[in-house]
Amino acid sequence: MLIVLKLKAAAIGAAVIAPLLAASLAPPAASTVDGTVSLPASSFSYRTAGDFSRDGKPVAAPLRNIHPAGDLAIMKSQVTAAAYAQCMADGACPRVTMPAGSLDVPVVGVSWHDANAYAAWISRKTGIPHRLPTDEEWTFAAAEKARDEALPLVDPADPALAWIARYDAEAARGRPAVAKPQPTGSFGINSKGLADVAGNVWEWTSTCFVRVSLDAGTERITNTNCGVRVVEGAHRTYMTDFVRDPRTGGCAAGVPPANLGFRLVVENRWPAIALFERAIGRFRRS
Amino acid sequence: MGAAVAAMMAAAPAAFADDLKLPRERVDLVAPPFVHPHEQATKSGPKIVEFKLTVREKEVVIDDAGTKFQAMTFNGSMPGPMMVLHEGDYMELTLVNPATNTMPHNIDLHAATGGLGGGALTHVNPGEQTVLRWKATRPGVFVYHCAPEGMIPWHVVSGMHGTVMVLPRDGLKDRDGKPLHYDRIYYIGENDLYVPKDENGKYKTYESPGESYADTMEVMRKLIPTHEVFEGRVGALTGKNALTAKVGETVMIVHSQANRDTRPHLIGGHGDYVWETGKFNNPPERDLETWFIRGGSAGAALYTFREPGIYAYVNHNLIEAVELGATAHIKVEGKWNDDLMKSIVPAAPIPPDKIGAAKPVDAVIAR
Ligand SMILES: [Cu+2]
Repeated sequence: MLIVLKLKAAAIGAAVIAPLLAASLAPPAASTVDGTVSLPASSFSYRTAGDFSRDGKPVAAPLRNIHPAGDLAIMKSQVTAAAYAQCMADGACPRVTMPAGSLDVPVVGVSWHDANAYAAWISRKTGIPHRLPTDEEWTFAAAEKARDEALPLVDPADPALAWIARYDAEAARGRPAVAKPQPTGSFGINSKGLADVAGNVWEWTSTCFVRVSLDAGTERITNTNCGVRVVEGAHRTYMTDFVRDPRTGGCAAGVPPANLGFRLVVENRWPAIALFERAIGRFRRS
Repeated sequence: MGAAVAAMMAAAPAAFADDLKLPRERVDLVAPPFVHPHEQATKSGPKIVEFKLTVREKEVVIDDAGTKFQAMTFNGSMPGPMMVLHEGDYMELTLVNPATNTMPHNIDLHAATGGLGGGALTHVNPGEQTVLRWKATRPGVFVYHCAPEGMIPWHVVSGMHGTVMVLPRDGLKDRDGKPLHYDRIYYIGENDLYVPKDENGKYKTYESPGESYADTMEVMRKLIPTHEVFEGRVGALTGKNALTAKVGETVMIVHSQANRDTRPHLIGGHGDYVWETGKFNNPPERDLETWFIRGGSAGAALYTFREPGIYAYVNHNLIEAVELGATAHIKVEGKWNDDLMKSIVPAAPIPPDKIGAAKPVDAVIAR
């Protein structure tokens, strides 16, 4: 099996890809290789994404303790312009604007669909399933860089108070000093070994926007909108999936992400076996 | 031509200013969106009001992407400061062009009469200054701008424009002559910007205004701005810089655009009294939704806030507001009024048996 993998890596020939394979094959213990970081499962607290209300009035989303079922293998860095350019060259990713200078910067100006096209392409290329992280997974990997912003508690009879409070909170965040994507690694490494978390590039997740009612002590999803996905970074926000360049203005009062990019998780459930299955599948097809 | 007019003017008797024997007042200007302290109505007689504008050529940042722009400004801000005086007053304006600048400048005040609005008499090279006096004969809000021969539009869209407000001596009035006043005044100067791009579509930067001239003219001649901004940059009046007001306060918003048409609209509010063309001898219009500011003019609107929240004040060409930057926010604090607005049923799933139909109401018909 090892030989099969080596052949495969050689066939792909892309330097970017080999470390990904190595990482996914590594034992689930905490191990850091270039492409992906394998994070051992440990419990963490998570503020659920979405709009929560009780008796028709907005309330803070519940804070949960999450115990991941297994380890998480996630890219150490955001997908770069160079990597995305290869996917474009293969005709598998929609064309987006490439930076004028070095391509060793996160790809930005990508929609949720673009990110998924890349995930499908890299999965095909490597034989290893890649996908966008869920919001829970992103929060786990972001660790201390994840921002828990609960809605301030205000008089529910006055809708303007919550509105003004949220506006103030967003304004207080400020904006990144530079909007232009910076070379990978510019925003440091977090406690879990991930680079550039909550820098000036926000990341798409696979989590859909939900509206949840907490009436009568029961939690009930009243609406799920998968046309809008959770976007994570220096603050959490929700974006329509085809947006590439976030903006505010007009009626939309708030602070938008500076840039939209992404990083992927690698399915590490029995990675070797999953790979083996895929390899067999490939041979069968051919 | 400018030189000829200037020579002719210079031949006129000097020292008018000394002959006036009027009281003098010196005003320290403040940068927009604020306006220097002033009386809304005055009981005192005409006076000479002294102002000083210093031209500053400087590099500014005009959007969140950090796009750099070679600006030309009055007193360092885009727009230049608002200058307020009363009908019948004289403005004595000192225009300074420091030696550190690279270009000649002047000033054309739409409120002034004669001499190309002062443009013919105020041409100053770097290292020079000049003093102009003119009489305020018409009440209203008026644009002023730089108007150097051959380069007028370039200086204007590079930031050299501002507003003069000439108030009636007895203050503002509605169409029935009832006095109107404001608790706050905000001054919004809208600016269309034309920033050249390189072959990769990236905005180009230059070392000086002069170096940007040829490329900028090319973009200007296509008449499509790359940015349309309030107070010189995208986001100058949003977030931490949002304007503020309180429920019950009456706010005067003066809006000027020295070059291009715009259409202010207060999302969630109205214009209670609007001088769309900005001239106070015409009665203000009532209850407007959107008003039109012709390029090269200023308008004024009064609004009393009745409901708290975040208001967006935009150029209601919403493409220009959202994509190009012409958006301001006003944060209004106070008590919510359910009578004016109330959420009766917050967003919730459509009841399965009533899709598309309103809940039937039992009709009670009196016989
Ligand atoms: Cu000038």
